[in-house]
Amino acid sequence: MTSKLPKITVWRVIFAAILACGLYATYVRVMYGLGGATNLSDKFPWGLWIAFDVMCGVGLAAGGFTLVAMVHIFNIEKYKPILRPAILTAFLGYMLVVVGLLYDLGRPDRLWHPLVMWNPHSVMFEVAWCVTLYTTVLFLEFLPVVFEKFGLHKPLEWIHQISVPLMILGVLLSTLHQSSLGSLFLIVPEKLYPLWYSPILPLLFFISSIAVGLAMTIFESWHSSRAFGRALELPLLMSMARVLAVVLSVYLWIRLLDLSHRHAFELLKQNRIETWLFLLEIALMAVPMVLLYQARIRRQPGALYACAVMVVFGFIANRVNVGTTGLEAGSGTHYFPKWTEVAITLSIVAVGFATYRMIAQYFPIFEVEEHHNANAGPEKNEKEADSVAVT
Amino acid sequence: MPKAILYDSTLCIGCKACEAACAERWGLPYNEQIAAEPQLSAHKLTAVDTYGERFSRRLCMNCIQPTCASVCPVGALQKTSLGPVTYDADKCMGCRYCMQACPFQVPTYEWNSRLPRMRKCNMCYERQSAGKLTACAEACPVGATINGDWDELAQEARRRIAEKPDQYYQKVYGITEVGGTSVFYLSAVPFEQIGLRTNLGQEPMPETTWRVLELIPDIVSTGTVLLGGIYWITNRRAEVARAEGARAEGAKKEGR
Repeated sequence: MTSKLPKITVWRVIFAAILACGLYATYVRVMYGLGGATNLSDKFPWGLWIAFDVMCGVGLAAGGFTLVAMVHIFNIEKYKPILRPAILTAFLGYMLVVVGLLYDLGRPDRLWHPLVMWNPHSVMFEVAWCVTLYTTVLFLEFLPVVFEKFGLHKPLEWIHQISVPLMILGVLLSTLHQSSLGSLFLIVPEKLYPLWYSPILPLLFFISSIAVGLAMTIFESWHSSRAFGRALELPLLMSMARVLAVVLSVYLWIRLLDLSHRHAFELLKQNRIETWLFLLEIALMAVPMVLLYQARIRRQPGALYACAVMVVFGFIANRVNVGTTGLEAGSGTHYFPKWTEVAITLSIVAVGFATYRMIAQYFPIFEVEEHHNANAGPEKNEKEADSVAVT
Repeated sequence: MPKAILYDSTLCIGCKACEAACAERWGLPYNEQIAAEPQLSAHKLTAVDTYGERFSRRLCMNCIQPTCASVCPVGALQKTSLGPVTYDADKCMGCRYCMQACPFQVPTYEWNSRLPRMRKCNMCYERQSAGKLTACAEACPVGATINGDWDELAQEARRRIAEKPDQYYQKVYGITEVGGTSVFYLSAVPFEQIGLRTNLGQEPMPETTWRVLELIPDIVSTGTVLLGGIYWITNRRAEVARAEGARAEGAKKEGR
C-alpha cells in the first residue's frame, strides 16, 4: 500500500490542475461567450465539444445498453457481474454529455426548448429527445443500486416490476440515439470528406457503438479491478472479447463494402491528411480485431486491455474525423481547439472518472443483487470455468 | 406568389449600396472597415466580394426547401409562403446545426455575445409582406439586384442568357440547386469562379435525413416486438431449465 501512495498523490495533483484550468475556462466561456472560449467560426460551427464530449460521450456509454440487452433480453446471465458498472458508466456518460451540451449551446438556458417546440424533421430534435429519455431510463436502471444501499425494499419491488419494459425501452432509445448521431451528418454530403460521408452513417455509428461499448466494459473492469483490488473477471472478459472481435469484423466489413460501392478507395491514393487519419482510424479497429481472434491474446489481461484501449481510440478517431477533421476541407477552413475547449473537455472527463470511483466505493456496484447472489454463486463459477475451457 | 431576387453579376459595379441598405434595414453599424470585409458575418448579412475584376454578392438563398429550417430542432426557422425563410431568435437554443447544415454556409453567429443569436438575411420579409421591395433591390443603382415574383425573375434570367449568349455563362444558378432557391445568379464565367458552390445536387437536402428519420416509427415498433419476443423466448428457456433442474433433483432424491 505504501508504494501506491505517491502514485495516488500524483494523480490527485493532475486532477486538481485539470479542474483549476477547467474552472478558469468556464469563467472565460461564461464571460466572453463561445467566441472567447473556442476557435469556432461561422464556417466551422462545431468543434471538440460536439465531436468529443457529445459524440464520443454517448458512444462510450454504449456498454450500458449492450450489456442490458445481453443480460436481460438475451438472458446471458453470466455477464451479470459487469452489468452494473456498465450501467453506471452509461449514466455518468450521459450526465457528462448534458454538461458538455451546456457548454456548447449558445443558449444553455434553453436546453429544454426541443421538448416543447417540436420539429420532427430535425435529427437534432431526435437527438434531444433520445438524450432526455435515455438519461431518465439510465437513472431508473441505476436506482435499484441506491435502493439496495439504503435497504428500501418497497421501491425496489416497484422498480423490478417495470424493469423489463424499461430495459427494452432503453435498448430502443440507444439504438436510435447512437445511429442518430451519424444521421446528423447525412445533411452535409458536400462538406464531409467521402471517406466518411456515407448514406449508411447511422448504421455504421450504431455498430461501432456496440464495439466500443464492449471495449469500454473491458477497459473499466480492468481499471476497477486495479483501483479496488478486486479479482479481474477474466473468463467473462475473454468471452466478451470474442464478441468484440466479431462485432469489429462486421463493422469493418460493412465499412469496406460501403467504400467500394461508393468507389471511395481511389481517394486513398492521394497523399492528404484525410487519407492518413482514415488509415489510422481503420488500423486502430483492425489490429485489435486480428489480435482478439487469438486465444493467446485474450487470455492475457494486459493484452486484452491494450486491445480494448485501441478500439476506444479507434472509435474516438472515427467520431472526431466525422465531427471535425473530415469537415475541414469541405468547409474551406481550419480548426484546432483552443486551450479552453481542451481544458473543459478534460475537466468533464476527470469529473466523470472521480464520480465513478466515488459511487463505486460507496454503492453496491460490484455485487450481484443479494437475492440472486445467494444461490447463483457456485453455478456461476462453473460457467466461468466452462468459458475458460472453451476459450 | 413567392418572391425572389435576381443578382446579375455582369451588371454589378461593386458599389456596395446593397450592403449599406441591408445594414440600415437591420439596424447594424456600417463603415469603411465593415465595407472592406469580404465575408458574411453576424454584423454583415450581405457581402459583395471581388473576384479579379468581377463582383459577387452573397446573401441567404432562402431555399424553396430550406435545409436550415428542416434541421432546426426547435423550429426557429420557418419557410414562409411569400418565399423568405424567417428566424425566431426567442426559440433558438444555439445548437448551430443550421450553420453546419446550410449548403451555402450562410448562417452566422454572434460568437462574442453572452446571449448569442444566429443571423442571416430573411429577404426583407417585413418589407415584402408590406408590398415593398427588399432593401438591397431598392438601393441598387444599376439594377444588378432586382426583386420580384419567382416565376417572372426566373424567366427574365433565362431571357438574358438566351439573348446575349456571348456575355453570359449559359446557366442560371439557383433555379435547380438543392431543389431551387429564391436567389438567382447570372455570371459571365462559371459560377465557382465567383465563389459559388457548384457541387450541389438538385435534390433538396432535407431528403437526406428524412429518408432515415421516417424509418423511426418502423424501427421502434419492430424493435419492441423483436426485443420483447427474444426476452419471452430466452426467459421461457431459463424457466424450463429451472423447472427441469428441480424435477431432476427431486427424482434423484426419490431414487436415493
